[in-house]
Amino acid sequence: MAELTLVEAINSCFHHELQRDDSVMVMGEDVGRAGGVFRATAGLRDRFGPDRCVDTPLAEAGILGTAVGLCMAGWRPVCELQYDAFSYPALDQLITHVGRYRWRTRGGMEFPITIRMPYGGGVRAPELHDDSPETYYVHTPGVKVAIPSTPSDAKGLLAAAIRDPDPVVVFEPKLHYRTMRGEVPEGDHVVPLGKARVARMGSDLTLVAYGSMVPLVERAADALGGDASVEVLDVRTLKPLDEQALLASAAKTGRVVIVQEAPRTCGYAAELAAILAEKAILDLRGPVLRVTGYDVPYPYWQIEDAYMPSVERVVDAARKLLQY
Amino acid sequence: MAQVERKGAVSEELLREFYREMLLIRRFEEKVEERFRAGELPGFLHVAIGQEAVAVGVCRALQDDDVIASTHRAHGHTLAKGTHPNELMAELYGKVEGCSKGYGGSMHLYDVERGNLGANAVVGGGLPGIVGAALAFKFRDEPRVAVAFFGDGATNIGTFHEALNLAQLWLVPAVFVCENNGWAESTPAHQQLPIDDLSKRAEAYGMKARRVGGQDVEEVFAAASEALEHARGGDGPVLLVCDTFRLTGHYVGDPQVYRPRDELARLRETEDPIEKLSARLDLTDEDVQEIEAEVVEIVEGSVEFAKAGTDPQPEDALKNVYA
Repeated sequence: MAELTLVEAINSCFHHELQRDDSVMVMGEDVGRAGGVFRATAGLRDRFGPDRCVDTPLAEAGILGTAVGLCMAGWRPVCELQYDAFSYPALDQLITHVGRYRWRTRGGMEFPITIRMPYGGGVRAPELHDDSPETYYVHTPGVKVAIPSTPSDAKGLLAAAIRDPDPVVVFEPKLHYRTMRGEVPEGDHVVPLGKARVARMGSDLTLVAYGSMVPLVERAADALGGDASVEVLDVRTLKPLDEQALLASAAKTGRVVIVQEAPRTCGYAAELAAILAEKAILDLRGPVLRVTGYDVPYPYWQIEDAYMPSVERVVDAARKLLQY
Repeated sequence: MAQVERKGAVSEELLREFYREMLLIRRFEEKVEERFRAGELPGFLHVAIGQEAVAVGVCRALQDDDVIASTHRAHGHTLAKGTHPNELMAELYGKVEGCSKGYGGSMHLYDVERGNLGANAVVGGGLPGIVGAALAFKFRDEPRVAVAFFGDGATNIGTFHEALNLAQLWLVPAVFVCENNGWAESTPAHQQLPIDDLSKRAEAYGMKARRVGGQDVEEVFAAASEALEHARGGDGPVLLVCDTFRLTGHYVGDPQVYRPRDELARLRETEDPIEKLSARLDLTDEDVQEIEAEVVEIVEGSVEFAKAGTDPQPEDALKNVYA
């Protein structure tokens, strides 16, 4: 085990996966010579050559569209999109091709594309550098979505995404790229898609989160320490969802608060709440509550803390629910 | 008096094959129109009547393992790339025996085995994928070329420019075939294009370009062969603009209120690529009747094949979303 930052864990994954399978290649703006804006792809071009770590112009539809063609010809491309909101020009290719080819060709075409991007706020960046667009991707048939919250999962989920036969979008919490360190297994390390993680065991209330919200809800769990036994469920893979883990935790605690950074309406928390309403209603002791961002564009840094779910907002929701 | 051989001209025999194939596409699409009007084929259908010389001239210049991406007007490309008319007609009837197993329809025709990477309902949708396929060929040092078909309207969309830029930057073996029929749906060229000569689009990327008459299959074949050779030889991509005519509406049933009433009749007299080739070949009435009978039989057979096909089951739609 090595102690790595989250972005170092991603880099370590790339070095291992490109070594392991020579059909794996990385492409995106600045991924080669510069090693990526966040250094996620550092050293790959020197080690594996410019054909395995391809510098592209800033042209997201072109990057993903090129990956579509590479995929058809047997490569396993991993596309880096520099920021969450920079992925929107690529949504056309994602929705019209990436998610549909296997279905349209009745399994005639494999689509092992991985798309990864830093996402989320809290880094004092301007608008369109702090979005949480996961729902657009989760909503797209044929596409899987994973969001790690720890360095170990950042490596393991990315490895699973690269090896998966389907398109997988991996959102990486940029807030924790360098601020979080953790033990990361060396060499082969795969965290299977579709498996949630119980980050903390508890019996009175479940806080459900993913990505950058996981450390936040853990702090909220600490703050609630004396008053309640809090379970923290890290979803890890939004699609396919580990529904069993969600329902098991709800059955155990009977109280669920879901936390997401993204705007509220039709966010991923709404889907989880709907699943709980459909399948766990008799286990619940109170309503499923959501703590979310607001239905506004992500605001500039002076007021971003007011937008982001905070420990206080999570604690307030938890206390309210504990009163039922 | 013996006819003087044109330089680089294709053999009479090959031209006859082109004629047969163009006529097959024409009769196939006329049948599609007929079955649509009879209520057997619901939805949206776009035929490429008038543009057959481009599909045949380009696809006949391809090698078997070259790949194409097509457009919303895809029947001709698909047939010319080798998909059997039975499989294509079955697809239009939404049958399991169709080339996309009844899941694609007219605008999403696939034939992976024959190198058809798919038709595209979204204008310009296929161009970036063709760059990727070509990049893969280049990485593997395979002497293959990837070809994108698209219309003049597609040259206004972002993916066209991103694809051409990337293709030239990486010098990939790709040929971009613009079927310039002067219409983007119902919008005429002068309302959507700031330039007359679309081959000039390539200049911005330092890309080699050619502009040819798309109603002359021999000319298209010669230009496509040259473009493919250029790309295959590692000299980079080519933009090939084929000026052609859509001798029909945008879609089957289009009232074409945007077009002068007499225009179509006039163009059908003067710009029909099949008539032009027939005149060039000096076909006898007997020859024409023989070829006509042959293709009509194939087309009729394809309708019978399609109607006898298997309906897809709704539960199958839940499969193949993921591996």
